[in-house]
Amino acid sequence: MYPQNYYFTKDHEWVAVDGDTATIGISDFAQKQLGDVVYVELPEIGKHFNVHQTIGTIESVKAVSEVFSPVSGEVVEANAALNSAPETINQDPHGKAWIIKLKMKNPADLKALMKAPDYEKFLEGLAH
Amino acid sequence: MKQTRFNAHHRRLGARMIEFCGWDMPVEYKGLIEEHLACRQAAGLFDVSHMGEIHVTGKDALAFVQHISPNDAARLSPGMIQYTGLLTSKGTYVDDMLVYCIHPEFYLLVVNAANTDKDFAYVVSQKGRFAVQLDNASDRYSQLALQGRQAIPVLQPLTDVPLAPMHSFTFVFGQVAGKECLVSRTGYTGEDGFEIYSLDPDPGILWDAILEKGAPLGLQPVGLGARDTLRLEAKLPLYGNDIDDTTTPLECDFAWIVKFKKGDFLGRDVLVRQKEQGLTRKLVGFELLDKGIARPHYPVYVDGAPAGQVSSGTFSPLFRKSIGLVYLPIAKTAVGTEFEIGIRDKKVKAAVVPTPFYKRNY
Repeated sequence: MYPQNYYFTKDHEWVAVDGDTATIGISDFAQKQLGDVVYVELPEIGKHFNVHQTIGTIESVKAVSEVFSPVSGEVVEANAALNSAPETINQDPHGKAWIIKLKMKNPADLKALMKAPDYEKFLEGLAH
Repeated sequence: MKQTRFNAHHRRLGARMIEFCGWDMPVEYKGLIEEHLACRQAAGLFDVSHMGEIHVTGKDALAFVQHISPNDAARLSPGMIQYTGLLTSKGTYVDDMLVYCIHPEFYLLVVNAANTDKDFAYVVSQKGRFAVQLDNASDRYSQLALQGRQAIPVLQPLTDVPLAPMHSFTFVFGQVAGKECLVSRTGYTGEDGFEIYSLDPDPGILWDAILEKGAPLGLQPVGLGARDTLRLEAKLPLYGNDIDDTTTPLECDFAWIVKFKKGDFLGRDVLVRQKEQGLTRKLVGFELLDKGIARPHYPVYVDGAPAGQVSSGTFSPLFRKSIGLVYLPIAKTAVGTEFEIGIRDKKVKAAVVPTPFYKRNY
């Protein structure tokens, strides 16, 4: 079950919104595809991202995956705990394994994203 | 896609399946790292039925094997196995393989899944006037690999074959879980272990019985993902990555499979010349000195200049760092030599290290 108040992208990022702060991570589906995560590359505080710009990368033993920004904004926090415990992404992808917090530049960016029920339908479609 | 005879067993265990060389295979069950460590600490069970098996039979079986392989098959008596290559006339690799001596007129060649059809076509093209029959028996065989320090305690209760006295690289015929099998003391992980071959059309009990016996001892099923990280830690080459039709056994640090004195074989004259002139490059092991993972085909820089690509590279679950294999110019192959690997937009420092990365301590 995906958190019902989160937004999702087709690239399997999620966004949790609190005021004008967007917390961003990758979905449970994405972490299962990646396998055991061993490294995370995080962006610097203060960096600005447009929609779909690469925020960083997540590396598992078998694959490298880019994380794309679902919304535009400025990085106000990066989850440094992921540097010492990258496996958190596999263990708690929707909670403790948040990747960055952005101060949103344009909240209307959220309109282009899927809510949980649509994301779940989207995943079912991928399975065929 | 082709399926092995254990396909339903993997799916029942919830394995993540992928397509590998036309086969529907398990890449992981519980997770690559957990499976890798289970094999190193207890035991792992692998479905390797996708591998290829070629029968070479007839009056000239030995002479034919001697022609296509640089190693000396005359040293094999029935029940013995040797690692070797299938070489082109240029001394480069068509594939690497194991040769099993069943009896003096019957040799079993075990080859990579990726190359089975290519290898069979190649040996057939080399038949010439040798009095041999060549049979691609791959689809009739199922094969499991049981690897790890608990391999004997897991397998012995299931078989009449006395396992402990078996030397490495030998095999016997016997019963496993009531099925007639060929059991060899071989493997691709750097652990002790056995490979179990069956021609039974219904070999499922082998998988179930071994898993059931082994679970209390820590045995886990292991997929193709961990198979690759295990073999790389043990510095075992992979065709397509570390060896191919542009590399010779001398360059990839397997000179010992080339027995020049045994007589003529495909590629011998090229290898003699290469040995006399000296190598220009050699396959060595490396580890990354900074954070990151060096993967196959990532660019390599020596003294700042481009110098080829990583051939094998991964994150080692045991050592928790990035390790791999690379061909470097011969002057740069000493342990400790530093070079750089391009990882996305950065050049990351790496150093040549001794191999194998992992050697078992029992």
